[in-house]
Amino acid sequence: MKSVLAEHLIKTYRKGHVRALDDLSLDVEEGTVLSVLGPNGAGKTTVVRILATLLAPDSGHATVGGINVIEHPEKVREIIGLSGQYAAVDETLTGWDNLVMFGRLYHLNQKQAVTRANELLERFSLTDSARRPIKTYSGGMRRRLDLAASLIVKPKILFLDEPTTGLDPRGRQEMWEVIEELVKGGVTLLLTTQYLEEADQLADDIVVIDRGKVIARGTSDALKRQVGGEQLEVVVDQHNIQATVEIVARVSGAKPSIDEGLRQISAPVSSGAAALIEVLRSMDSAGIHPLDIALKRPSLDDVFMSLTGHVAESGPEVEEPKKRGGRKS
Amino acid sequence: MKYAISDALIITKRQLMLLVRVPEVLIFSTIQPVMFVLLFRYVFGGSITSGQPGGYVQFLMPGIFVQTVAFTLAGTASGVAEDMTKGLIDRYRSLPIARSALVFGKTLGDSALNIVVLLVMGLAGFIVGWRPHSGFLKLLFAFIFLLAFGYSLSWIGIFVGLTARDARVVQNVSFLVTFPLTFLSNAFAPTTGMPRPLQYFAEWNPVSTMVAATRQLFGLTNKFGVTAGSYPSQHPMVMSLVYMVVVMAIFVPLSVRTYNNSAKKK
Repeated sequence: MKSVLAEHLIKTYRKGHVRALDDLSLDVEEGTVLSVLGPNGAGKTTVVRILATLLAPDSGHATVGGINVIEHPEKVREIIGLSGQYAAVDETLTGWDNLVMFGRLYHLNQKQAVTRANELLERFSLTDSARRPIKTYSGGMRRRLDLAASLIVKPKILFLDEPTTGLDPRGRQEMWEVIEELVKGGVTLLLTTQYLEEADQLADDIVVIDRGKVIARGTSDALKRQVGGEQLEVVVDQHNIQATVEIVARVSGAKPSIDEGLRQISAPVSSGAAALIEVLRSMDSAGIHPLDIALKRPSLDDVFMSLTGHVAESGPEVEEPKKRGGRKS
Repeated sequence: MKYAISDALIITKRQLMLLVRVPEVLIFSTIQPVMFVLLFRYVFGGSITSGQPGGYVQFLMPGIFVQTVAFTLAGTASGVAEDMTKGLIDRYRSLPIARSALVFGKTLGDSALNIVVLLVMGLAGFIVGWRPHSGFLKLLFAFIFLLAFGYSLSWIGIFVGLTARDARVVQNVSFLVTFPLTFLSNAFAPTTGMPRPLQYFAEWNPVSTMVAATRQLFGLTNKFGVTAGSYPSQHPMVMSLVYMVVVMAIFVPLSVRTYNNSAKKK
């Protein structure tokens, strides 16, 4: 069953001058995680706001939990949780105050609201700071509290709009752990992000959007395959370059590219680890000692760049040695 | 919706918790009116002929009270604008609560804050010699009347807060509106000394009618500070009520509608 379904959504701002969503469709299978991946201004927040009943589309159709968001927004609000880009909690009140207040607004009685607030604070490791005003919290703590506030009535469907934007690496890691735990608990999650790594880590399915349109969809692996297979990279001493190029060329079947400065030879391979072993064996019997050798899979970064064409100027074949280091295998 | 009232009261409670968690709010909302009391009572007061038995301070305090509640507009507006920019309004709108709950809760909360502020101002007035003589019931009624005035103004504040782009702009705009209204009135000096066109404005000014109504309820003989004989100066209570009803009739539906559609503007 599709927990979230959006079909042909169109939304324009400023009397049609800005097209935030341009015939966008997506769906999320029950109990799975869909990541909507895109750069700033791609329309991610607009999608979430429409699905969370905060915004009406100009045209198109959307259901959440089988309920039409335009016709019965009040019913949708009972089954969803929303955590936005900004931590939408009252900064002057304490974490405990906020959760109890939101619990009461979800029509729990005072006792239930207090119990639930304590549970959530415990679960999100916020018990120690429960009685402090939010403004004294770190960015990561605020986000966790904001997420806790959206979980008060155990929503079946959760929308997280850029949950880790602006967090430091540690805060991001903590947030991911919390989200992974939620997903294990069976919640259906639609998550937007501009971090490819985040989509890779958390999502079952990824929808890549740019300028209000879906430009690709699939699992993380499928998207990576779409861009190309694995790449073998070897770094050797200067005097071994020529011999190594020959070995790599034989194994790969393609002409390797050579970065003289880094003394790095790279070529696409189809057989993955087997190719790596073969190259190592050949190098060993030729008496060449590799300084570094690795099998690189394209990152979602590569996927995104090739799909949106935002690196079109440099072209896909052009080697960009400096960027290499930043990529993850 | 059966929860509409209880939801609104939860929001009201949130406003009041602010008083407990951030006591500075109360200090800053009373410090300015207290300074006005001292300024007019001791600096300008001696030069103003109010013709009021019991002295200028009897004439002044109703003006101070009205000015204090008039600033509710700015308080509500900047509070709402802040919630808008921080995304809190989005959170409320994604909750299964009555859409009217937030705006009603906010306005009620700000009125509750006004009760505390008025009590502090009353105490400050008493210290500098203010002595209302009309009896407890009329005094109580005067304060309820003042609260009702503040409540109606906070609905304008909701609208301003929802439509403004920036919380700082809200402060400035509200000040630009409330400042001339409170000074081009009978709040601090009799309007008789003003040029004719200004007198006309001052007599119809809702602040003046409120001040006059409050003076009447405090038992002052010179309630309007003029002998103009215009309708508002003759019937300040009726006129004040009319103003409140008109404001509410316009701004309650307008604010509720704006709140419901507030996501439409980006």
